[in-house]
Amino acid sequence: MTLLSVENLSLSIGSLPILRDVTFSIEPGEIVAITGESGSGKSMTAFSVMQLLPESATTQGAIHLNGRNLLTLPEADLCAMRGNDVGMVFQEPMTALNPVKTIGDQVAETILIHSTATQAEAQSQAATMLARVGLPQDRFPLSRYPHELSGGQRQRVVIAMAIARRPRLLIADEPTTALDVTTQARILDLLKDLVNEFDMGLLMITHDLAVVADMAHRIIVMRHGEIVEQGDTQTLLATMSHSYTKALFEASSHQVDLPEPSEGHIPILSVENATRDYPLPRTGLFAPRQHARAVNAVSFDIHHGERLGLVGESGCGKSTLTRAILGLEPLQSGTITAFGVEVSPSMPAAQRVKTQVVFQDPYGSFNPRHRVARILSEPFYLAPDAPKGEALTETIATVLTDVGLAPSDATKYIHEFSGGQRQRIAIARALITKPELIIFDEAVSALDVSIRAQILDLIADLSRRHNLAYLFISHDLSVVRTVTDRVLVMQSGEIVEQGDTDAVFTNPQHPYTRSLIAAAPVLPDLKELSDAPA
Amino acid sequence: MRLSRNILFGSLLCSVILACALISFIWTPYDITQMDIPNKLQTPTAAHWLGTDHFGRDIFSMIMVGARTSLAVALVAVGIGMGIGVPLGLWAAAQSGGWVDEIIMRGNDLIFAFPSLVIAILITAILGPGAINAIIAIGIFNIPVFARLTRAGALPLWQREFILAARVAGKSAARISTEHILPNVANLLIVQGTIQFSLGILAEAGLSYIGLGAQPPTPSWGRMLADAQTMVAFAPHLALIPGLAIISAVLGLNLLGDGLRDHLDPKIRVMRT
Amino acid sequence: MLRYTLKRLLSLLISLAIASVVIFAVIEIAPGDPASFMLGLNAQPDTVAALRAELGLDVPKSERYFNWIGGMMTGDFGMSYTYRTPVAEMITDRIWVSLPLALYALTLSTLIAFPVGIYAASRRGQAGDMAVMGATQLGIAVPNFWFAMMLVLIFAINLRWFSAGGFVGWDKGLLPALKSLTLPAIALALPQSAILARVMRSSLLDILSEDFMRTARAKGLTRRQTLFRHGLRNALIPVLTIIGMQFAFLLAGGIIIEQVFFLPGLGRLIFQAISSRDLIVVESVVMLLVFLVIMVNFVVDLAYAAVDPRLRSRT
Repeated sequence: MTLLSVENLSLSIGSLPILRDVTFSIEPGEIVAITGESGSGKSMTAFSVMQLLPESATTQGAIHLNGRNLLTLPEADLCAMRGNDVGMVFQEPMTALNPVKTIGDQVAETILIHSTATQAEAQSQAATMLARVGLPQDRFPLSRYPHELSGGQRQRVVIAMAIARRPRLLIADEPTTALDVTTQARILDLLKDLVNEFDMGLLMITHDLAVVADMAHRIIVMRHGEIVEQGDTQTLLATMSHSYTKALFEASSHQVDLPEPSEGHIPILSVENATRDYPLPRTGLFAPRQHARAVNAVSFDIHHGERLGLVGESGCGKSTLTRAILGLEPLQSGTITAFGVEVSPSMPAAQRVKTQVVFQDPYGSFNPRHRVARILSEPFYLAPDAPKGEALTETIATVLTDVGLAPSDATKYIHEFSGGQRQRIAIARALITKPELIIFDEAVSALDVSIRAQILDLIADLSRRHNLAYLFISHDLSVVRTVTDRVLVMQSGEIVEQGDTDAVFTNPQHPYTRSLIAAAPVLPDLKELSDAPA
Repeated sequence: MRLSRNILFGSLLCSVILACALISFIWTPYDITQMDIPNKLQTPTAAHWLGTDHFGRDIFSMIMVGARTSLAVALVAVGIGMGIGVPLGLWAAAQSGGWVDEIIMRGNDLIFAFPSLVIAILITAILGPGAINAIIAIGIFNIPVFARLTRAGALPLWQREFILAARVAGKSAARISTEHILPNVANLLIVQGTIQFSLGILAEAGLSYIGLGAQPPTPSWGRMLADAQTMVAFAPHLALIPGLAIISAVLGLNLLGDGLRDHLDPKIRVMRT
Repeated sequence: MLRYTLKRLLSLLISLAIASVVIFAVIEIAPGDPASFMLGLNAQPDTVAALRAELGLDVPKSERYFNWIGGMMTGDFGMSYTYRTPVAEMITDRIWVSLPLALYALTLSTLIAFPVGIYAASRRGQAGDMAVMGATQLGIAVPNFWFAMMLVLIFAINLRWFSAGGFVGWDKGLLPALKSLTLPAIALALPQSAILARVMRSSLLDILSEDFMRTARAKGLTRRQTLFRHGLRNALIPVLTIIGMQFAFLLAGGIIIEQVFFLPGLGRLIFQAISSRDLIVVESVVMLLVFLVIMVNFVVDLAYAAVDPRLRSRT
């Protein structure tokens, strides 16, 4: 019998239509993935099934779970259903748990409200569940608070809460998006095991097509609140009858056309034995301050026109290293030399203009109260030969055209632009001083795949036209692979492996590099799939 | 853009009070220094819109001049609080975690341990009572309010990438604070400033009431209430009217503050007390 | 937790030390010599000197400071310049009016504000919420001493339910004593409860939009259960701060209300002392008020840690 069937579901919030005519179903033991870009309505579909919608939401159609239409159930019955028949796992493990309650109490709560178990029974069931999701009592007692756990461990607690009553259906909304790639792999394995063990249906919402291809039995592709295509994973990947699906998958595995690296090995940036410590909070009132080493004896060069990648998981020291290279933070020992001058927080501003940076967040990178022209001219601050008046206007127009925007955009405010356009402005700001080196700090990580593909093309194109060298920092291996010539792998503050990008990816030497590559979900080769008989 | 009812009603009340204060410089219905004993303790009449006090002075005229005192004291006190507190808060945020930050914040905590009334008492003990005392006492108490608020607003901004971009351009902490941080905490300061203004009016009234604020013959709403106290049984309008004046001014400013908050940024949280 | 407590305790001691220096210094720069003031303009220089010696004014300032601090720690607040009685005695009499009044008012304010704030938050945007928001907006604008006068006018003069002022004393029994503090406490509490109710409401609304509240709903909790089991404790954290600040405000604000109701509390003591330049009394009462405020902040800090486990493990 069908576990969940959604029929012609339409949803609006206020007068804004969110979903239109969404129809799909899930069988017990089946993993169904809904994918799409931001604004596609994939998360709202999940919340519709939970019936956890904003008060101004109106729905039409039907959602049948175990034969009952959720849209007509009274709130009391819905409460009895949530947590008992359907469990849900959320995107942000850092905020999904109540900070003032122990993990034991939070898992036990699900059991207590849906059964007649006593407090002691609920606690012991909670302990079993936590052990099942990989948090055994000897290391993670029930009395732990969420802040004492890492992101991956918290996500396990959220999963334990969701499956504590062995629900028939589990909904996971971007369950691994906030996690590192190796943690992601383990959480995905756990979800797969649980589906088999409990014979649950799993409705998985994710933007990551590699995860989808890897996990799901069936795929649903959504755009603008509608399903554009759905079907069995193998068949859908092989046929891709809808052009949007095809475009989405192509953008996800987008390969840029990177120009040949220029010959002549003139180092423009040299990092030698760079070491940077962070003071830890004092452990006692008069205890000496302990220090954590964020960057440990890191050495590497970037040559003129070279595209260097830097990969590593969160907390590996990437950001600290970036700040040190930009001269924002001092080193404890070692040196960083850029264009023959030592980099430090007190370096002359004139020296700074040759190295520029593009940050991750297309929303936080600009002062919302300044116009684009003012934002773009900021890098000229204290620059020796900064253009003024007409010349500045001209330079701004040129650089905006360079990144695919119009000169007239200079007078607009930043909120008038989309995420992708903002990232173009960020690149324009980096280009305006005609730097020889640009640091891309997770510069495409916050973008949807199709926008990401366009920005990567822009970067490759600019590198061709301006003979740019760059340091491309990212946690996303597939992106680093396509836009760099050489790559550094960083773990716990140290560079554990470096070499030509292709060589490192095809034949990793260090165990950590191998584990990273193994953990990263990969898109199946689309050509092979479509050539194979369906 | 459509303005909310809060802003409209709030600014209406504020404008009326402000108009009273300003007009009182050039005209009041009666001379408030002129006693008129035969007509004392009148309830509102056509000649005296709000009645007369125990010396026969016109209450409406006194309310108009009293508005001047209230607004002036509260405004200058907010000015002192902002003028000193905001730079301190910006400085503390720029040096976050360092000793400057620590000293500024501990200093703030210390001032918070002295309620404004206690500061006023201390100042009176040295200088004797007067409107200047009230200004200083309320002003000092406003400093940590603005310093904390500015720091709290500035700290998350320092983590934003546009500040990193400015640092990459070589801008100093002072320049970043004025160019990037200040404009982005301005909304916060405007809203809190309005609220502090209203609290200042309340505090001024309280200090004048117990004789630590403006001294006679300067009329003030708090003093009028103090004078009315012994007569409240047989002339309740003497106490009622200055009270309503205070309430209108404070209510007007609070409504304006809340309205501005909703209009500028509904996420702003104001501090009260 | 022990480390946290010790750290707070250390910061409390530092605050007290600095506050005492500030108060002492401020009183020191006050113009006029108490001895000459007390003896009048025509006093003989040797009489003044004798009185200065008797009051302990003839020793160096630093020594006087430590005498003052040392005395206070042993309960000796010095001798009143005007009344020639120990300041400690004068304060003990008065504090049994001022402190109970502040606590009474704080209790009332909290008892009113919590249910009202929770009610408004749970009916966000509905008529009940609008009514509460309107009433609290008005409540914030009312000066408490004016409100006190209106209470006297209505409940003492017209209805004659309460006396218009004065304090019967604790020796007349708990209920009569509390009754004579009731109007003052209400006058202090209502405007404060308006503020507290608004803070409670906005704090709860902030929490309602937190991710973990949605998690709780996904477990099958009703809206109400979510609010009480997960929302309330988290919402308490900012509310505690305000309660701490309110206590300070109520203690000091009590000074004004004591004037309205002719209560023999610290407020009246301090005004008499100011007018007779009895600076040692001013100094000691101000120090006592500051001490109480700092102590309350310390208790609030400990309460934070009880509510928020993240603070307990941080050092």
